[in-house]
Amino acid sequence: MKKGLAKLTLALMAAGAISTSAHAATTLVYCSEGSPEGFNPAFYTAGTTFDATSKNMFNRLVEFKLGTTETEPGLATSYDVSSDGLEYTFHLRKGVKFHTSKDFTPTRDFNADDVIFTFDRQGNKDNPYHAVSGGSYEYFTGMGMDTLIKKIEKIDDYTVKFILTKPEAPFIANLAMDFASIFSKEQADAYMKAGTPEKLDIDPVATGPFQKVQYQKDSLIRYTAFKDYWQGKAKIDRLVFSITPDASVRYAKLKAGECDVMPYPNPADLKQMEADPNINLMSQEGLNVGYLAFNTQKKPFTDVRVRQALSLATDKSAIIDAVFQGAGKAAKNPIPPTMWSYNKNVVDYPYDPVKAKKLLAEAGYPDGFSTNIWAMPVQRPYNPNARRMAEIMQEDWSKIGVKAEIVSYEWGEYLNRSKKGEHDTVLLGWTGDNGDPDNFLYVLLGCDAVGGSNRAQWCNEEFNNLLLKAKQTSDKAERTKDYEEAQVVFKREAPWITIAHSVVYEPIRKEVKGYKIDPLGGHYFYNVSK
Amino acid sequence: MFQFIFRRLSLVIPTFLGITLLTFTLIRLIPGDPIEVMAGERGVSAERHAELSAQLGFDKPLYVQYYHYVTGVLQGDLGNSLITREPVMKEFLTLFPATIELAFCAAIFAILIGLPAGIFAAVKRGTVIDHSVMTFSLTGYSMPIFWWALLLMLVFSVNLGWTPVSGRIDVVYWIDDVTGFMLIDSLLSGEEGAFASAVSHLILPSIVLGTIPMAVIARMTRSSMLEVLSEDYIRTARAKGIAPWRVIVIHALRNALIPVITVIGLQVGILLSGAILTETVFAWPGIGKWLIESIGRRDYPVVQGGILIVACIIIVVNLLVDITYGIVNPRIRHSR
Repeated sequence: MKKGLAKLTLALMAAGAISTSAHAATTLVYCSEGSPEGFNPAFYTAGTTFDATSKNMFNRLVEFKLGTTETEPGLATSYDVSSDGLEYTFHLRKGVKFHTSKDFTPTRDFNADDVIFTFDRQGNKDNPYHAVSGGSYEYFTGMGMDTLIKKIEKIDDYTVKFILTKPEAPFIANLAMDFASIFSKEQADAYMKAGTPEKLDIDPVATGPFQKVQYQKDSLIRYTAFKDYWQGKAKIDRLVFSITPDASVRYAKLKAGECDVMPYPNPADLKQMEADPNINLMSQEGLNVGYLAFNTQKKPFTDVRVRQALSLATDKSAIIDAVFQGAGKAAKNPIPPTMWSYNKNVVDYPYDPVKAKKLLAEAGYPDGFSTNIWAMPVQRPYNPNARRMAEIMQEDWSKIGVKAEIVSYEWGEYLNRSKKGEHDTVLLGWTGDNGDPDNFLYVLLGCDAVGGSNRAQWCNEEFNNLLLKAKQTSDKAERTKDYEEAQVVFKREAPWITIAHSVVYEPIRKEVKGYKIDPLGGHYFYNVSK
Repeated sequence: MFQFIFRRLSLVIPTFLGITLLTFTLIRLIPGDPIEVMAGERGVSAERHAELSAQLGFDKPLYVQYYHYVTGVLQGDLGNSLITREPVMKEFLTLFPATIELAFCAAIFAILIGLPAGIFAAVKRGTVIDHSVMTFSLTGYSMPIFWWALLLMLVFSVNLGWTPVSGRIDVVYWIDDVTGFMLIDSLLSGEEGAFASAVSHLILPSIVLGTIPMAVIARMTRSSMLEVLSEDYIRTARAKGIAPWRVIVIHALRNALIPVITVIGLQVGILLSGAILTETVFAWPGIGKWLIESIGRRDYPVVQGGILIVACIIIVVNLLVDITYGIVNPRIRHSR
């Protein structure tokens, strides 16, 4: 009898153990703000897509060190740069496995062929994969990689050499970007042979910590932790992206325990989140800047005194309070403080309407003038309410006699017209791509960008030469010096009123451990446990 | 009967052409270049812009683009989304089951509550019951959906924890996409509790989406019933001593149903064309949300194709309503 009882207990325990192990799989739910555009990160530019693809499924030759904008080794263990800065030789990691998908099982580890395929597809129009799935590689061309990379050579299976057309220090940071995510050439070849090359972009295998299991359009993305991941299996077993476009609903789900991490909360909900014992409200300054650009090719903004006067006449603290509701920090430089080479010593224009009026009179406008402020029609991280911001500036400027009319267009139209310089002054901003100062300064203020993303239409020789110099050396100390100096010139010439860097908030459930905010705006779940 | 259906069908072709022309023009009249919208702050160079325009066929004159579009449609090709690059038809078919499922449950809710409430109010005309039903339905009719959804969500999901906040099924269930209908797929999966989870996820969205149709149905049923109830034949029926419920259900309701069916038909058509607000709030992956997002992104092929399909659905539903009239009331079938 006793024996029988013991047996029964054992059997029950075993059954219990089985059922718990089935349910013990830890699942982390991330309530993402939208659907990915697709599963090949090289095609797209949206952060939502990168979170679902490159950040958690893929690896790159170099990676951003989590929580910083610095790079660290990824699929390349190290690299050498030639003395002329034109040749980069990468030594690749051995023993890196690719995921397995429903209809593809890799037979070999990651090697040089995969690297060459990834970049050749994007840059070489003759690559059989170049035109597959529409074939537009916006970031690759946008970062100038098509003209920068002259040739990629395979030295051996684990060594690859990139030969550039000119020395370009931000090249390494570019390789850590999402478009440079490494694909499997073996999979690509298999699909090409089967006559279904476009499947590579729908169901790619990669080398990252999570592999995609299922995507239900506009609803869910399911991943499992990749057990052969080269850095070791992730601490969670399953990762689910629950696509929830509305911020209030994301918050409701977080409160109800239906999600563990949510991005982009409503500023109005922050106070309540902070008080909630089940929620840990994380925050960090974002890698972005919101600014007002003067059209420096249009009168009266051709005169530096006018630009300085309006800078003095703008009360930034009022804007931070009203528009950012505290979730922003006044900006004095065009690059955010978390970025290397940020010049702390630059002194911002204080709020001083009296001095502003005097400067304006000196410039020949004692009674002010009429102008316009363009306000964006959309909400962006660097500017949650452009209309409100424009109204505050309008009022500030009216105190020194400058009458500004607020103008707005539909977003695509707004971007297009401001590119052409139809505005007098325009509100816009930028979120960094790769953590390199060049990605802010040269892209937004370089002479090459006039008529493009340089909305101030500003080309200053002194400033531009400093940037060009910094591009050509890979010595970080030297580059830092050049960028610091460039920020001084920028402030003196005042092509923009630098307004704010927003603070990024990410509420997570208390039981989530190890989550870090990425200053570049991504959402990574490899290090997270629950 | 066939002649009747044929006559109705022949009207569909010009309607169909009109819709293609209308959607094609309207989406292009909204300012905003899809390429610029795609590129955002980053922008694209003029050369790249021209290259992409050529690739997408936007460099051709509008009438050529329209011709390509219509010939494509006639061959069953609605084009590919500019964003996801997937065929529009495929995207639609992926999302439509979710919309049907929600529309079906919302319609059931609306009919089950709205119809009896309307009948009841008509029978008890002028009483407190009548007034409360009417006040209730007027409130329902004028309810701002977004607010109503968030209110229900906060009360029932966050505070009471009775229903889930959003989505179609709990994330612990990994259900394979077989039919696209979560209720069916969850049953097919055989996972314990999956079906119950799918049902619980449908409750709040169905109530929210069904609120306005319910109010409309209740009001329409009431007024139609009142009209019929004052007819002579009803008085005659009552005078003959037929049981009161028989008078109401058999004699009055059948005749009062015609306008109600019209309303139900129209409402179902609207429900099937996707519920933009409800789908957005409950993160429901249906076609309403899909279309509205595509308009924002100037995804021309999706907007054109999606609206065309939705219009077809409405045409079909209307046709079915007309046929139902014929069944309910033979006079309509035979009249010219």
